[in-house]
Amino acid sequence: MAVKGKKAAKLTLGPVLFNWAPEKWRDFHFRMADEAPVDIVYIGEVVCSKRQPFFAGVLPDVVERLKKAGKSVVLSSLAMVMNGREAKSVRELAANEDLPVEVNDVSALAALDGRGHVIGPYINVYNEDTLAHLAAGGARRLCLAPEIPFAAAKILAAAGKKCKMDIEIQVFGRMPLALSARCYHARLHKLSKDSCQFVCANDPDGLSLKTLDDLGFLAVNGIMTMSDTYLDLSEKMPEMETAGIRHFRLSPQDCDMVKVAGLYRRAANGDSVAGELKELLPAVRFSDGYYAGAAGYKRLPA
Amino acid sequence: MKKQSRKTPELVCPAGTPSALRVAVDAGADVVYCGFRDETNARNFPGLNFSRAEMSEGTEYAHKHKARVYAAINTFPQAGNTALWHKAIDDAVGCGADALIVADMGLAAYAARMHPETRLHLSVQASASNPDAIRYYCETFNVKRVVLPRVLSIPEITALNGNIPCETEAFVFGGLCVMAEGRCLLSSYATGKSPNMNGVCSPAGDVRYAQGKDGSMASKLGAFTINRFAEGEPAGYPTICKGRFKCGGETGYIFEEPASLDALSMMPELLQSGVAALKIEGRQRGKAYTEAVVKAFRKALSDYARGWPLEIGALIALAEGGQSTAGAYDKTWR
Repeated sequence: MAVKGKKAAKLTLGPVLFNWAPEKWRDFHFRMADEAPVDIVYIGEVVCSKRQPFFAGVLPDVVERLKKAGKSVVLSSLAMVMNGREAKSVRELAANEDLPVEVNDVSALAALDGRGHVIGPYINVYNEDTLAHLAAGGARRLCLAPEIPFAAAKILAAAGKKCKMDIEIQVFGRMPLALSARCYHARLHKLSKDSCQFVCANDPDGLSLKTLDDLGFLAVNGIMTMSDTYLDLSEKMPEMETAGIRHFRLSPQDCDMVKVAGLYRRAANGDSVAGELKELLPAVRFSDGYYAGAAGYKRLPA
Repeated sequence: MKKQSRKTPELVCPAGTPSALRVAVDAGADVVYCGFRDETNARNFPGLNFSRAEMSEGTEYAHKHKARVYAAINTFPQAGNTALWHKAIDDAVGCGADALIVADMGLAAYAARMHPETRLHLSVQASASNPDAIRYYCETFNVKRVVLPRVLSIPEITALNGNIPCETEAFVFGGLCVMAEGRCLLSSYATGKSPNMNGVCSPAGDVRYAQGKDGSMASKLGAFTINRFAEGEPAGYPTICKGRFKCGGETGYIFEEPASLDALSMMPELLQSGVAALKIEGRQRGKAYTEAVVKAFRKALSDYARGWPLEIGALIALAEGGQSTAGAYDKTWR
């Protein structure tokens, strides 16, 4: 399918950012392993360390199933490291030599000590100097933060080429916008963070936050605040490929992600799939404003 | 005056203008921090900040009065335009700045390589909140001090200080980020401009106030209503994390009440936590604010050094929105 001499686009499945029950989390990954046209799958808890123990038991089965299906597996690290227990879990993750790690907090960089890794979207990389610094430290791929416009991504991709660093860009799903030490799910339920009763599990796509005049704005996901809109850059993928960006991240939502992956696989080949995406997810508002350097919530005219 | 029985941390004070710098030095600041008039610093507001000549004069004034100047070059350089940030680093050193405050790794690498003799401090915008991350910056870029994220409690700061190879600086007064600093895209989601890329949060050009038929006042940021105030209720600035929203059946301050930080009441504990410096936020505030806050904290430090009790509550009137909090220092929600 790929044009001769041109490397094929790779679809990646980002880590599940929501608190899904372990069985649901396992079955989701089993199905993605068996049916979804994705090349790389990130797994692991990024948002809240308290969720980690729940799926730790099913994690080895998921890794095995994904590998058997020919997917590359990357272990995602925690984005906010606030205490000794969390620091220890990051060090243990980084010590793993079987699977590459996605670094989402600077603390993991020290532990990796130069071994090959991926830089996640929670590390601030806005320019070629920082990219080169991280590449020298062993980073092989970099997933950009959603606010970085295409104009900058293009420059980063060119800089990455010189130091063998691939650029990855999220193209589907709610965008992670902010992290806090405080859990807003717990606060909303008038619970403390330490005795949160895992109320975030009630919202498998995040909890919608609206303005006082009922306009959808954001989504609460524990300590993370996300966009109300789902990012959709399907129409931009051929342009990004021209700029040397070949890794496209689908961030899991509680919907038919196999179908979503199929649509984006076609989008990578130049098909227009925005209409089909809208049909698949009629209640979702899509956005792409950041791509052009505009406000992130906007859907700009094609 | 300078004779003190107990060792006290240095008092690091904001200056948005050259005259605020002089006011801060005269009011007893050990250090004044400031930035250049462009997007290289995280308070890139119209009418604020320093030209190169003003930075030189300011540094001279400070040094003459036994104070120091730290240059904040703490946004993330734009791809393809890093030269602007490199020049800011070179010029700050040329102007005689005593330390550089940076957040970006690439810029830290540049400063460490080109100006190894100048002290490098890690900005709060780098959000280094744990010993492993802080050690990485110290070992990689020879960072001498880290400005602590406003998410740590005092016991956490005490533990941290025993565990890292550099000094720490803690905020004691002023505006309070609710989200982890440098890791928040809320402003750009609504407006296209962010603290990391443009040095602005909730930029003034995107702010509107709209009066309703019932006399209420809505504060808006771009297309989004961030808050609504009843007639007579003072209308606050529409910062997203301090707005009123609807979520999960509740209506109200979903993230945080709009209070600003006042750690005066926690000073004894904070001073014993081992921090090397106390920082006052507010380069965007006026001279009167700078003078009052600097004087109050200078007096508190002197009283503490003499073993006298501290006067608490003197600064409430200067807090944003008239409400203050001890913030994460006194975590009740953990």
